[in-house]
Amino acid sequence: MPFACIFVPDFPVEAILRAEPDLRSQAVVVLEGQPPLQKISAVNEDARSRGVFPGMTRLQVEGCESVAMRDRSELQESAAQRALFDCAQSFSPRVEQAAPDTVLLDLSGLGALFGPLPKIARDISHRAWEMGLEVNVAAAFTLEAALLAARGFTGVTVIPQGKEADILGSLPLEALLAGGAEAETFLQTFSRWGIRKFRELAALPEVALSERLGQRGLELQRQTRGVSARALVPSDPPLIFEEGMELEFPLVLLEPLAFVMSRMLDQLCARLQARALAAQELHLEMTLENGRAGQVAASFQRTIRLPVPLLDPRIFLKLLQLDLKSHPPGAPVAKVHLRIEPAKPRPAQNGLFIPCSPEPEKLELTLARISGIVGAGRAGSPHLLDTHRPHAFQMRHFTPPVAKNGNGGSNGSVNNNLVTALRILRPPIAVTVNLQNGRPSHIASEKRNQIAGEVLWAAGPWRSSGDWWEQDAWMRDEWDIALQEKTSIVLYRLIHNLAGGGRWMLEGAYD
Amino acid sequence: MSTVPLSPGYSPLLPAGIADKKAAALAHIAGSARLIAVRPASRLEVRPRPEMLSTGVAELDAVAGGVPRGCLTEIYGEASSGKTSVLLATIAAATGHEESCVLIDASDSFDPTSGAAAGIDFNRLLWVRCNDRKLPLKKNDVGTRASSPALKLEQVLKATDLILQSGGFGLVVLDLAGIPEKFVRRIPLTSWFRFQRAVEHTKTALLVISEFACAQTCATVGIKFEKQPAGKQPAAISYQPSNKAGHGSEAPSHALVFENMPVQAELVRSRLERKPMKSVTTVFKSRSASLAAGFPDR
Repeated sequence: MPFACIFVPDFPVEAILRAEPDLRSQAVVVLEGQPPLQKISAVNEDARSRGVFPGMTRLQVEGCESVAMRDRSELQESAAQRALFDCAQSFSPRVEQAAPDTVLLDLSGLGALFGPLPKIARDISHRAWEMGLEVNVAAAFTLEAALLAARGFTGVTVIPQGKEADILGSLPLEALLAGGAEAETFLQTFSRWGIRKFRELAALPEVALSERLGQRGLELQRQTRGVSARALVPSDPPLIFEEGMELEFPLVLLEPLAFVMSRMLDQLCARLQARALAAQELHLEMTLENGRAGQVAASFQRTIRLPVPLLDPRIFLKLLQLDLKSHPPGAPVAKVHLRIEPAKPRPAQNGLFIPCSPEPEKLELTLARISGIVGAGRAGSPHLLDTHRPHAFQMRHFTPPVAKNGNGGSNGSVNNNLVTALRILRPPIAVTVNLQNGRPSHIASEKRNQIAGEVLWAAGPWRSSGDWWEQDAWMRDEWDIALQEKTSIVLYRLIHNLAGGGRWMLEGAYD
Repeated sequence: MSTVPLSPGYSPLLPAGIADKKAAALAHIAGSARLIAVRPASRLEVRPRPEMLSTGVAELDAVAGGVPRGCLTEIYGEASSGKTSVLLATIAAATGHEESCVLIDASDSFDPTSGAAAGIDFNRLLWVRCNDRKLPLKKNDVGTRASSPALKLEQVLKATDLILQSGGFGLVVLDLAGIPEKFVRRIPLTSWFRFQRAVEHTKTALLVISEFACAQTCATVGIKFEKQPAGKQPAAISYQPSNKAGHGSEAPSHALVFENMPVQAELVRSRLERKPMKSVTTVFKSRSASLAAGFPDR
């Protein structure tokens, strides 16, 4: 039964590099602890070649030129860990999270889907690179062999069945015993015996080894031979798609913030894609700084709900940019946290004869841009409210339903439902009304000179009222009038607002 | 008497040198496959007639054929001439055929109650309510003070550009009625050309509604709405008001006032046909919005 292991060397550094890929060509060290007693916890290969090793102090490293120092970030490490798991999950449903930097996959039965074992191993490495992680991948027919090969060999390693002991034999024993007091003891013992490679430990007689080191010694020997002692235990972590970044310096402008969000969105979308999911909701949370040294003021949250599940980081970035443009944070941003609610992708199969409708991705961007022009809540679909209050409606997000009938191209039947429309004057125009026998006879407006003249005829009044139990109760008389203006006759709806001080207003014009 | 030998293509009206050149040019054309492939103007195919969207009014469809897709159609007329009623009927017809529609409302004057009475499917209507909100200043903007209609028009033009670039809508309506003429006249002709080019060869019908013709030569179809002559106006309305109106009076209900209101439409421009068009006028009647919506008298 073939297995694969994905191992991320220098995991804390790799988690930083995943968020800041520009640093990949530089020497990077990760610091841990409280200043000024910070020590290096992890370094990358470039830093190691410059003589920087874990355990050194910050002061010692500051002397080295062009070494980028970053604080250890639990948020980024947990995001990298989840990305690693998603990468493995995109190949096999049976994945075990052996350690934060190590995952094991069961590859049995995947040959027909992904090809031979070497190809699967290369594809896994490539997929991990796409998700921002530089990993070691090993494929073997035992769990232990795959695990040790991934930890010991750089790049992609494939161990044929039966060749485990031969290939693993060249590895140093440090690859077998990583960290801990017990490991130090065993390594010292093996060093005294003159045993430094897997091959040498594997060749020791079992009985003699058992007499000296007990069952643990035999277990180590079995591991060096690539013999599996356990079964894979699949993990099932919760689906959380979030990325976070603490900024070195607070950001004031939206443009540099967009670069940060762009990287985070790319990573999140790669993870979603690996899981064959799409985004339904974007949650942006930013920690703001109030300007005083180290004093965190407040958090700023924005949520963008998408009408259909989408998976395009550029569209998400543009939506966030437009939203932040219309709702600026108001203070420098010290920390950015982005979370995506996943959903199943939208299956779309349009017919040839179905009327065209706007693409959801483009439509969302267009609506966001238009809202930026006309203001929030002023572009959408109107919906009448269930009330007698005149002109009561609310604006809803415009999401056209999918066409089904497919008769959009034809003229079809004409209903002839021509109704006399009212054009609403927003806001209503206050007018001065002269009454004759209780009916309007002359109207004049101070604001609009053209609205002035004799009332040719008037129909009404019709009184309506409602919501008397509320503070904003309404009661009014309506008149429909024909007004002789300078050049033409215009039909208006005239309102006598009885609840608002008895003011006369023109509510709209019939057209 | 000596005679001049006639060369092929010789024309007695042309000097001998020119005739030779002409003959050489014709021979060159005859031998050039590329030039033969050029189709003469007389044999050009007639541009196919665009697909039409119904206006929702049978009489108007009979005259104008409807609203052509991929073209700019202009509807204009003064206040209370019936143009908005026809506009709502057109949107209702389009949404009834499952088309997504946009109403870019310059003066924010759309009445959803009238729209519901006309039968508009609001789920398929995007209503853009322009206002006099000032747009954010750009880098080189000196922040000149603009009037309210100018700000609204700026929003209309920007929103229209975005909508047309987005694509996929069956009907896009620019409602410029209610904006003073002097501001609408300031819309540059290039904007109209841009809009017309944006919808060309697409399934989108662009409809402009205003109080006067403003799209000029960019409009493929122009329909003018006029009121009935002034003398007929009161008689055209079914209800003759009386002094008895009021609570408890015998006056008809409010909803009946605008029943059978006449609308007169005239097709004044159409570039759909190659031949010159003739102005055609039709008259039809609208119903009361309250009755159409099934509301009882209020």
